[in-house]
Amino acid sequence: MNAWLELGITLVVILVVVLVSALVTIYVELKAGSHMQARIGPYYAGGRWGWAQPLADGAKFLQKEDLAPAKADGPVYRLAPYVVMMSAIGMFAVIPAGPDLVGVDLDLGVYFVLAISALATLGVLMAGWSSANKYSLIGGLRAAAQLIAYEIPLILAVVAVVIQAETMSLNGIVEAQMATLFTLGGMDIALPFILTGQIVGFGIFLVAAVAELSRIPFDMPIAESELTMGYLTEYSGIRFTMFFLGEYASIVGFSAVAATLFLGGYGAPFLPESLANIAGPFVLLAKVAVLVFVIIWIRFTWPRLREDQLQSLAWRWLIPIALVNVGVVATFKVVF
Amino acid sequence: MPALMESVAIADWFREAANWVFLLIALPTVFGAWRTVSSNNIVRAVLYLVVALAGTAAMFLILGAAFIGLTVVLVYIGAVIILFLIGIMITRAPLGVEAKLSHGREARLSAALLSFILFAVIMWAVADAFGMSKIQPFEPTATADIANLLFDRFLIPFEVVSLVLLAALIGGIVLARRDDIGRDEPGGEG
Repeated sequence: MNAWLELGITLVVILVVVLVSALVTIYVELKAGSHMQARIGPYYAGGRWGWAQPLADGAKFLQKEDLAPAKADGPVYRLAPYVVMMSAIGMFAVIPAGPDLVGVDLDLGVYFVLAISALATLGVLMAGWSSANKYSLIGGLRAAAQLIAYEIPLILAVVAVVIQAETMSLNGIVEAQMATLFTLGGMDIALPFILTGQIVGFGIFLVAAVAELSRIPFDMPIAESELTMGYLTEYSGIRFTMFFLGEYASIVGFSAVAATLFLGGYGAPFLPESLANIAGPFVLLAKVAVLVFVIIWIRFTWPRLREDQLQSLAWRWLIPIALVNVGVVATFKVVF
Repeated sequence: MPALMESVAIADWFREAANWVFLLIALPTVFGAWRTVSSNNIVRAVLYLVVALAGTAAMFLILGAAFIGLTVVLVYIGAVIILFLIGIMITRAPLGVEAKLSHGREARLSAALLSFILFAVIMWAVADAFGMSKIQPFEPTATADIANLLFDRFLIPFEVVSLVLLAALIGGIVLARRDDIGRDEPGGEG
């Protein structure tokens, strides 16, 4: 196939996946959150179950005026949502949904995901500073301090997986989890990493990912009660929508990465290899759905952490535990 | 130089797609680097530095050194630049576009001189190492090779570099920490 055509198709598929999954996640959060709080949530839009509520919200945002404060640094202010959005979409480019169903099969897949997700911090800081608003600036600073702190346990949790799988390719990590571990009664048993020594790493990754997403209980950067909306305060219209969609796309993105690293990705037990490309996306989708639900569940269950509690959780608990985890995994790898 | 001019005519140079990619990356990189030092606004200067670093990362990618390229993104753009920005914002950057930097005459001259010397040294090193020979097509560098070099042949330098970071960390704590908490002086040295 023509390389440009292939590239075009890949880009369109990734964009559609990102947008649709973000809209679905928004809907699930509206509905699941409502039911967790014993209320009904969106009800009328779309005729039934309020299924069109995210679309209606989107249309509402799009027809609002795209304002920039008079004293804002125009170009930086306008560029910031693109940086955040790019970082969210970029993650999807390397996540495999099947042995051949991957945007780009990079040898350094995990590393790419970590690098591109780190760029979101830059967008947040750009938004915070360029808005020329004290709430925005404080929100941006809090976000940066938090994202940097939680990036370290996130990376260390990934390092342990990379050591166990002996590769940084996401496809390779999935294959390592599909490799036969032992044979039981004539059946080849393969287990995902979460069951073969990475349960601590999975916990660290999930906590750090929720913090990277700046979601409750780690939403100090946009704490409404004290900072109005933090770095998002001045944004409206389409640019706010981009931040919003980027946030929900990142939830799906981090869930997909976690599913790939710890839960076996597109692989499922007893799934014949010939079906991997057809059934793979659905297997991955099921795992992602569970993780997205857990992240939403966390949001409606825990209260917000205080800034010092948040920092001490990262530096005094997660990072030491993650370091010990890396040491233990490496030791097992060398000894056995 | 004459030999080079004959072998690579300008028209031929532009016929290669790879050279266009090179230009597409190199020109924004140079522009970003230039605006980093000429920009009047310190936060914008840092953001132009991001452009320059992103160009550098892309350059590593087209040279087949994907690991180094991604490391530039992760470490420099993802961490060092963020720390720059935090430092600037916490201390003195006025909000919005008002910040102005002073470009003194002495500072400009010494910076230009230093840049020129650095440029000359790099040019000399490159010319000395490669001369007129054309670089042969090469395989992308495997990350495993880098790891084997780092953790085998260059293990001790690698570990010593981390000691530098440790020293910087301790220095930072010593500078920032004030033991006279009992005296209760709001504002401190500010």
